[in-house]
Amino acid sequence: MNRFTTALSAGVLALGPMAAFAEDSSDPIVIPIHNWSSQIVMSNVVGQILESMGNNVEYVTTDSQAVYESVRTGDVTLELEVWEGAFGASFRAAQEKGGIVDVGDHDAVTREDWWYPMWTKEACPGLPSWEALNDCAALFATAETGDKGMYLDGPVDWLKHGQERVEALGMNFTVVNAGSAAALWAAIGAAEADKKPIVVFNWTPNFAEAVWPGEFVEFPEWVEGCDKDPSVGPNPDALYDCGNPAKGYLKKAAWEGMEAKWPAAYKVLEQISFTNPQIAEMAKLVDVDELEPEEAAAEWLEANPDVWKGWVGS
Amino acid sequence: MAEATANISARPAALTRSQWALVLVVIAVVMTALQYAGLLPAALHRLPEYLVPPFAPMLDTVFNFVKDDLGLLAFTRFLTGLLESVLDASANILYGKRRWPNIEPIPWSAIAAIAAVIGYYLGGWRLAVLGAGTFIWTALIGQWKIAMETMSVIVVAAPLAFLIGITLGIVAWRKPWFDRMIKPILSILQTIPFFTYLLPAVIFFKVGPTAGCVATIVFAIPPMILMTTLGLQKVPPEIVEAGHMSGCTRRQLLFKVYLPAARTEILVGVNQVIMLCLAMVVLTAFIGMPGLGAKLLAMMGSFKLGRSFEIGVTIVLLAVMLDRMSKAWVVKQPEHFEKGTSWFVRHKLFVMGAVLFVAFLLIAQVFPILAEIGRKQNFSQGKELDGLIKGFVALDGVQAITGFLRAFLNVKVLIPFRNFLLSIPTPALILLITAFALWLGGPKQARNALIFFCIIALTGWWDRSVITLYSVISAVVLAMILGLPMGIAAARSEKWSRRMLLVCDTAQTFPSFVYLLPAIMLFGITDIAVIFSILIFAMVPLVRYTIEGLRTVPPEMIEAADMAGATRMQKLRHVQLPLALPTMAIGFNQAIMFAFFMVIIAAFIGTQDLGQELQRTLAGTDLGKNFVLGICVALMALTFDMTILKWATDRKKVLGLES
Repeated sequence: MNRFTTALSAGVLALGPMAAFAEDSSDPIVIPIHNWSSQIVMSNVVGQILESMGNNVEYVTTDSQAVYESVRTGDVTLELEVWEGAFGASFRAAQEKGGIVDVGDHDAVTREDWWYPMWTKEACPGLPSWEALNDCAALFATAETGDKGMYLDGPVDWLKHGQERVEALGMNFTVVNAGSAAALWAAIGAAEADKKPIVVFNWTPNFAEAVWPGEFVEFPEWVEGCDKDPSVGPNPDALYDCGNPAKGYLKKAAWEGMEAKWPAAYKVLEQISFTNPQIAEMAKLVDVDELEPEEAAAEWLEANPDVWKGWVGS
Repeated sequence: MAEATANISARPAALTRSQWALVLVVIAVVMTALQYAGLLPAALHRLPEYLVPPFAPMLDTVFNFVKDDLGLLAFTRFLTGLLESVLDASANILYGKRRWPNIEPIPWSAIAAIAAVIGYYLGGWRLAVLGAGTFIWTALIGQWKIAMETMSVIVVAAPLAFLIGITLGIVAWRKPWFDRMIKPILSILQTIPFFTYLLPAVIFFKVGPTAGCVATIVFAIPPMILMTTLGLQKVPPEIVEAGHMSGCTRRQLLFKVYLPAARTEILVGVNQVIMLCLAMVVLTAFIGMPGLGAKLLAMMGSFKLGRSFEIGVTIVLLAVMLDRMSKAWVVKQPEHFEKGTSWFVRHKLFVMGAVLFVAFLLIAQVFPILAEIGRKQNFSQGKELDGLIKGFVALDGVQAITGFLRAFLNVKVLIPFRNFLLSIPTPALILLITAFALWLGGPKQARNALIFFCIIALTGWWDRSVITLYSVISAVVLAMILGLPMGIAAARSEKWSRRMLLVCDTAQTFPSFVYLLPAIMLFGITDIAVIFSILIFAMVPLVRYTIEGLRTVPPEMIEAADMAGATRMQKLRHVQLPLALPTMAIGFNQAIMFAFFMVIIAAFIGTQDLGQELQRTLAGTDLGKNFVLGICVALMALTFDMTILKWATDRKKVLGLES
């Protein structure tokens, strides 16, 4: 990886006004890496941007839930992808204990909901409406669910309330919780072989969009309070009777000591903001083009100077 | 004669024991019947919420007190600093992390050459090929850098685990009170799920290679301690006498007499340390261990089966290579040369290694391909393997079998069995397990089983514990149905035994995470996928110890059977199996331990057991809960461990085999 970054930093060193950043500590900025490609490439992109400013950067592989405890204590300096749905709770819990700060949102929005790969639509043409899905429930039946359809929800700790929604909307589905994201992919991959209809929990931006084209199921639109006030939404007596918000945040977080220790890097972090297509592009370089993450990051930076040069220059 | 008397004297005691066990079973059955009739008070079916003591918050308080008020955190963070500088140096040498001593990473060709020479020194051409081949494969498949990231931690963790282990082992041998104190701690360490010490490792030793290194050491150390103590206790008194006679000081006695005499056991411990370090490669990736494990998880996260499979192969090759080399080292006798042999002749392999190393170091400067193989030059077949695996799963025959298994085994057998276990009242199930421990082990084992399962009931995690137990029991029973015949068949010939043991080694070191995705693709997210992935892992010790047990039956016994005109079946049933049974019981015990280990990993498929809850605590806010869950798993595992091992020891004594 060093060849790419050295070439890159040499280029930027020649151009950039370096004097303003002289005050950053020379200790390495520790960037956590998780197990999905967009986050890995984005971390490398940001790492290489920071290196181009003369900072030392190091990467550490961690679990995406356990990382908040490490950011809090300063062992890890920042986190680039805080998903509202998946990690909002862990982030808030860490924030309450103190030590972690919110560094603003990306332009990208996240959406998490029931999703199906395109071949499902051939068997159940009324999709993406949820009523049509419910009418096709028998298509999704398995040996274990009898005549009910099976909906594969995310891990229980993601708190997606699939079960509550099935009850609130009176759907003919049984909810099964997968144990990990990888388990969801394996289930889709198994269904792909004979184009078996399947409906699973999924989200965007995500590599899966590139591998299996698909759509989200359209539930009654999210209304504020749907998760707190039973009277909101179509079913007056139940919570969770609407779809998830279609525009969740994707946040950046940092250790509270970062601003004092690496002020210039912190300023850049505040400005960093990626869009959905940019994140999808990063993921594609690794997932489809099979580049190593650091190569993908260097390639992305080279192809998109107008996106990131502004953050460093100001 | 001695055997016969032992048998007779053991009988009356055994009878009363099984009678007692029967009484317990009857009580349990009556309770369950009452429950089914709807006559049992709810408080006897499950412990009411208000009686569950708040263990988790209590533990949190204790933990915070130790961490902050007693200053343990400051101390461990100081140690972290020391460890980090060592790890940084090894990282610089192996893959060029920019740290002291700031040298270029060693070219892969030079490391492969060294491995070949060491392999040749230890075990001739075969090991030389294995050593060099492993590293050449790693480089060609494009995993060199990540493999070295992994090795940079292992080359620190394994020696540290060895040093700490041997020291504690010596102390435990010298001071019986220390031995008594450390034994239960080691038992818990060996049975507690790894998720439970990942979190403390992160808090005390900082996320990253340091935490990964510490967690690896903790995992790898128990057998080193146990083997050291065992080896030292077995040193024959004549040797010690000789040491005394030649006027050894205490120190000399230890280093020149005891330790060399216990060499074999200590080296077996070393072998275990290496294997356990490699077993942790993937799991420690959750807390910042770089390298193969982290890459494997990333590959699984983007559904690249082929590349995760290749990483698995690399881990197996590394493990098999290190295993074979360390085992060859165990049996290698020190060489002696005639007086006056020149230094070069005595150290010819060392010289050869050094020359090759320097040569490749220099050649690699001219031909960079010998230093580093880039992404686009390697031979990874990830995509093709993906196609193969997907194609296999889609085969009509395979689908028909899995469809049948899901409809029959899962719906008709496994799920009803789980529901039945859950329907048994808590006290009744505790009594059943106590009865089992009493019948198989003895009063002491029964008492422990009773206490342990009462603690589990008190934690309030009863249902999840029962589901965990259900997965373990189902998987082990199926593993026996499949594994025992395989072991018995393989044990009939030396050649097949060896082949089967190689399969066992591979299955054991292959990262179990890789099984999970194919299991889901075959069986969906169901109990059967969970049990299938546990089954593969649990079969390994069953097959291994069955072969071991059958092949070590004393030959004179078999000869006697032959002379008595026994058929092959009779010989197997009446001579070989009974004599091999104690050894096979150890395999059975290990199968249960492996199953308890794997059931936690299977939470990644999707379960409703303790593993799933443990996974939830990884966010780091629930340390107390994390610990309580871990203890539940450990206590269940320990109950079986102690009971079965007691039975195996008793049985060996009765049979007059060495204990």
